Amino acid sequence: MAKELLKGNEAIAEAAIRAGLEAYFGYPITPQTEVLEWMSRRMPELGRVFVQAESEVAAINMVYGAACTGARVMSTSSSPGVSLMMEGLSYIAGTEVPMVLVNVMRGGPGLGNIAPSQGDYNQAVHGGGHGDYHPIVLAPSSVQEAIDLVVLSFDLAEKYRTICMIVADGNIGQMMEPAELPEMRPVKRREWDWAVTGAEGRERRILTSIYIDPYDEEVTNLRLLKRWREIQKNEVRYKEYYLDDAEFVIIGFGTAGRVALSAVRAARAQGLKVGLLRPITLSPFPYQVVDELSRRVQAFLVVEMNSGQMLDDVLRAVQGRVPVEFYGRLGGVVPFPDEIADEIRRITSEKLTVTADPREAWYERLSARVN
Amino acid sequence: MQKEIIIAGFGGQGVLFAGQVLAYAAMDSGKEVTWIPSYGPEMRGGTANCTVVIADEEIGSPLVRRPPAAIVLNLPSFDKYEPLIQPGGVLVVNSSMVDRPAQRDDITTIFIPANEMAEEIGDRRLLNMVAVGALLAMLPELTMEQVKAALKAHLPQRHQHLLKNNFEALDRGFEYARKALAQMPA
Repeated sequence: MAKELLKGNEAIAEAAIRAGLEAYFGYPITPQTEVLEWMSRRMPELGRVFVQAESEVAAINMVYGAACTGARVMSTSSSPGVSLMMEGLSYIAGTEVPMVLVNVMRGGPGLGNIAPSQGDYNQAVHGGGHGDYHPIVLAPSSVQEAIDLVVLSFDLAEKYRTICMIVADGNIGQMMEPAELPEMRPVKRREWDWAVTGAEGRERRILTSIYIDPYDEEVTNLRLLKRWREIQKNEVRYKEYYLDDAEFVIIGFGTAGRVALSAVRAARAQGLKVGLLRPITLSPFPYQVVDELSRRVQAFLVVEMNSGQMLDDVLRAVQGRVPVEFYGRLGGVVPFPDEIADEIRRITSEKLTVTADPREAWYERLSARVN
Repeated sequence: MQKEIIIAGFGGQGVLFAGQVLAYAAMDSGKEVTWIPSYGPEMRGGTANCTVVIADEEIGSPLVRRPPAAIVLNLPSFDKYEPLIQPGGVLVVNSSMVDRPAQRDDITTIFIPANEMAEEIGDRRLLNMVAVGALLAMLPELTMEQVKAALKAHLPQRHQHLLKNNFEALDRGFEYARKALAQMPA
């Protein structure tokens, strides 16, 4: 299929439809609303299910119910709406049913604003709903990658009976880029051995997240963990840029990652041996590649649109072998390439030391810039 | 090659569409391109802008602080973006909506009465295409033929009857800028 000029949010919606999405439940919120808008037109047109629920809480519980029947199902929202969904997500995780959730993140906390942000990294990767579970979290940095990851997310969610989240931001949702959509796949319900589809003529199946006996819950948690360990082994994804001979490595995901690419190219043009690692799976995080890099490079610079949430995962992988520096913008501010270029100049020219928390020095630098 | 272009003005002046026309032309001629709007809580009559990045390789940031090229369709946009243009860059100013001269002498600034020129063609809404035409006279990355072909290919069927006037607006803008450039001291 030929490339078309596609808006991120609309591309996400159409990619899900072509991947065989059977039911969509959601609630409008900027900067994600175009997904819902697209679904509201296309899903009924194709004879599939679209419901604009009365709230995000209702939407996620409709997703929960549909997922229990084995249908391909998704919701999309933006930060405050995703917070509302957290209870439902935990129930979905505990019930071990597959679903896809897209969070087009915006500035926060609270109502915040509608500008692009990466402030929900910890919520998506380390926190979220209550209890002991790990979702798969994918972070696209372009419209094409958003399309590809949406298609992948359904397969991953179903393969591991898990939640697959896609975290984008307002830039990716609102931007237009040439991209290629997949062919329309026919909707094809698989014969899952866990789905509740009416028990006539077969053994009854029960889907629940209630395990009153803690020993039963422990068995369930262990089963979740077993799947998570498989995911960690099989599903780590990232993209490398100029890493072969890199002495300094920038790490950034999504929009921050692509902004950093501009700065890395500018640094390369000046002869600096700088590369970029862009994690695509934030969960499972590419610990191993960071570990390996930390044994041959001089220093890292982590760039995020938050106060250093992924930074902790990088520090865990680097284990103090080399200095890790940090640069972040907050509250919906997107860094320009020249800010990251300044940081690259700084880390390649200053004598750096391994510090316990790179946020300390960054806090001073950002305060001086912002105040 | 990479070129960043900002187009700014009031909502309703066709700012976003002007950017999309450039983006389609870039895509159809095999280049990488990004188009990104300002998407705040905006409305008709408020400010609007979009950034178009055209490149040969994978595009990093879709936003730039200091573009080498811009179109400004009103005074607030002129005030905002004139200081930000890279030295040696180009700026198209809609002089119909601006009442002050240029303050920079290290960039090429074309003043073009886009509103009046659009009205002469018979449709005030063509002012964005007049300005795009003027920019094309200073934008080696895209040709007039590519932009016209993109308009023809991507304008919805119900708007195809507007092509003739859009082409005329592009041509008039281009000619105006070409003459203005010829009269500038070297």
